[in-house]
Amino acid sequence: MRHTITVLVENEFGVLSRVSGLFSGRGFNIDSLSVAPTNDESISRMTIVTSGDEQILEQISKQLNKLIDVIKVIDFTDESAIEREMALIKVTAEEESRAEVLRIVDIFRAKIIDVTPRSYTIEATGAPAKIEAILELLRPLGLKELVRTGPAAIGRGAKGWKG
Amino acid sequence: MKMNGARIMLECLKLEGVDTVFGYPGGTVINIYDELFSFKDIRHILPRHEQAGVHAADGYARATGKVGVAIATSGPGATNTVTGIATAYMDSVPLVVITGQVPTPLIGNDAFQEVDIIGITRPCTKHSFLVKDVKDLPLIMKKAFYIARSGRPGPVLVDLPKDVQIATTEFKYPDTVDIRGYKPTIEGHPKQVEKAVTLLLGATKPVIYVGGGVVLANAAGELTSLARKLNAPVTTTLMGLGAFPEDDPLSLGLLGMHGTYYANMAVTNTDLLVAVGARFDDRVTGKIATFAPHAKIIHIDVDPTSIKKNVRVDLPIVGDVKDVLTRMLKVIEERADKVAEFRKSLGPWLEDIKGWKEKHPISFKQTSNVIKPQFVIQKLRELSDDDAIIATDVGQHQMWTAQFFTFTKPRTLLSSGGLGTMGYGLPAAMGAQAAFPKRQVIAICGDGGFQMNLQELATLVQNRLPVKICILNNNFLGMVRQWQELFFDKRYSQTCMELPIDFIKLAEAFGAKGFQATKPDEVESVIKKGFKTPGPVIMEFKIAREEKVLPMVPAGASLNEMVLNA
Ligand SMILES: Cc1cc2nc3c(=O)[nH]c(=O)nc-3n(C[C@H](O)[C@H](O)[C@H](O)COP(=O)(O)OP(=O)(O)OC[C@H]3O[C@@H](n4cnc5c(N)ncnc54)[C@H](O)[C@@H]3O)c2cc1C
Ligand SMILES: Cc1ncc(C[n+]2csc(CCOP(=O)(O)OP(=O)(O)O)c2C)c(N)n1
Ligand SMILES: [Mg+2]
Repeated sequence: MRHTITVLVENEFGVLSRVSGLFSGRGFNIDSLSVAPTNDESISRMTIVTSGDEQILEQISKQLNKLIDVIKVIDFTDESAIEREMALIKVTAEEESRAEVLRIVDIFRAKIIDVTPRSYTIEATGAPAKIEAILELLRPLGLKELVRTGPAAIGRGAKGWKG
Repeated sequence: MKMNGARIMLECLKLEGVDTVFGYPGGTVINIYDELFSFKDIRHILPRHEQAGVHAADGYARATGKVGVAIATSGPGATNTVTGIATAYMDSVPLVVITGQVPTPLIGNDAFQEVDIIGITRPCTKHSFLVKDVKDLPLIMKKAFYIARSGRPGPVLVDLPKDVQIATTEFKYPDTVDIRGYKPTIEGHPKQVEKAVTLLLGATKPVIYVGGGVVLANAAGELTSLARKLNAPVTTTLMGLGAFPEDDPLSLGLLGMHGTYYANMAVTNTDLLVAVGARFDDRVTGKIATFAPHAKIIHIDVDPTSIKKNVRVDLPIVGDVKDVLTRMLKVIEERADKVAEFRKSLGPWLEDIKGWKEKHPISFKQTSNVIKPQFVIQKLRELSDDDAIIATDVGQHQMWTAQFFTFTKPRTLLSSGGLGTMGYGLPAAMGAQAAFPKRQVIAICGDGGFQMNLQELATLVQNRLPVKICILNNNFLGMVRQWQELFFDKRYSQTCMELPIDFIKLAEAFGAKGFQATKPDEVESVIKKGFKTPGPVIMEFKIAREEKVLPMVPAGASLNEMVLNA
């Protein structure tokens, strides 16, 4: 099962390698990972997408908590969080396909951020499923390059995790 | 007062109550050694190898319960500590290891004797620190000791660049430490404790499975009174030996791969297994699917990651063993009537166990012409002091010690269980002897492992550490040979140590004494002579070369599928 885990960590050097080392050393998967400082500069926030059965997920979450530099671990299940991801997509756009690309970009409320006679570069934001969908439509037209940030996740409702 | 970083480091050690450190000098710690030259409050012991220095600090820590401290220079000094650190990490031993590092402006430049020791040891330390500013040093030292000794103990590495040792600042040691990401749960949840006692008193075939956590928590007393109040049988892991007196009728001895027949049968048939500070290691469980198949499992551990890692658990209690057991004892007191009933109901179960004990006691075949290793271990127990500390190396002799010594006190067995590090025994004994100069400290080694750190004979002699070294010499890497005999058709590939070594002359070369026994009737007199001779002594026993450690549960088999006889 896919899980999105948010980890609040001390904003210090070496912390990222402790977290990633924990995953690689124990054979856990990282599907994606994004990190940046929070509103409190001493804390960074990581969003990690991983997968495994319940027992593995429980171990991952306990092992993360065990790291001294980890302040908080939140395991979001599907319903409890909003996820957003950005993708930068360079796609082949020659005579016949230029209009088609624009149509797709329009439908997905994406943006063209760079243009050449033979390509468009697109910025798309949304839930991971939306990114998958736009990619599926663009792929037949010729994907030249793709960069995804991996999702950032935040809990639904009024409650906030400080940091 | 203004001080340099090197001096601050030593002041911090002193304030943490450190009286002995094991260290080796070099370019990036030369400033520390210069300060040490006139620093009288700490005794420094110079091992002959940094690995041995860390094992010695580890032996010191296991024997005393205090944090062990080792120092090494950068580069090769630091990499030499890695095996020692990993050994301590696997067995949850509290250490602070201080390594020198190249000056901060050179870090990352492939400078002379630079290695990323923090990176190298990341998977085998509880935590580590690179000190970038001398102002941070006191708080880092405070944190290092706090992390090493609290919760589930473990080694912490402090990497101290040379320029930070030279830089000066006003020294003030913090009184308290608060780490927002590190708050170990010490107190057991009262509701869980109540439930545990209810489960226990409802069982008819209980077994208490005791691990190293009981020793680490200094909770042998609580554990022993719990078992005796309930009249419940107790089995211990290798790391738990000594936490419950093995001469008590309730003791089942060791369980697992080389555990007793009756311990493994009891675990296979129990209806309630109470795991106390034990981590269900694969050497203990054998095949997981058939481990304690009829049992509900209660698991008490301070580290949540130990719980449900390998086996299902019906009732977890996160907390310090001492706290949880104390709470359990209180609840049991309140339910005295139930307890009396429970004790009565255990009759048939204790009869079953008695039957298994009679059927296959832990035993060996005595012979008149060759020395059996088990006999040596029994004689050592008989002739040694009651509070003697035993350090073992790794291999057959380690298992014979575990099976035949009859441990009755916590912190009297020092052995590398999790990593299984050959070369551990001698330096660990050295560390324990440094902590307890007056107690009898015995290192039990194989001929193979002894050779991995024999240079420490020099340290023993120089520092007047009278460790008694027993070498059970089968002229084989015996434990591996045993596997080759049983599972590889006796193809003894590279396990025969062809060259016979004159261990007596070796001892003499270092200024120690050596004695040898080649026949059973010499065993006692050699041990007596060895114990009586002042200073470090080697006692070499030429043992039956192809003796096996039995019983044995083959790797991957169920606990009740033991090989019992040759
Ligand atoms: C050749 C060889 C053969 C071996 N054969 C066997 C064998 O037959 N049988 C056997 O038992 N072992 C054997 N071992 C040892 C084995 O590999 C493991 O090291 C051992 O079983 C682990 O013991 P443990 O479960 O007590 O855990 P430990 O490693 O001692 O772990 C302690 C546990 O207690 C917890 N803990 C620590 N402090 C506290 C506290 N204050 N409060 C609460 N919990 C705490 C920790 O979190 C951890 O989970 C063998 C080793 C070798 C080298
Ligand atoms: C550093 C290290 N290398 C290899 C091993 C694998 N190993 C485990 S036991 C053993 C044999 C030990 O031989 P010896 O010290 O003579 O003890 P014996 O088993 O004969 O009692 C070996 C090679 C190990 N545990 N540690
Ligand atoms: Mg041998």
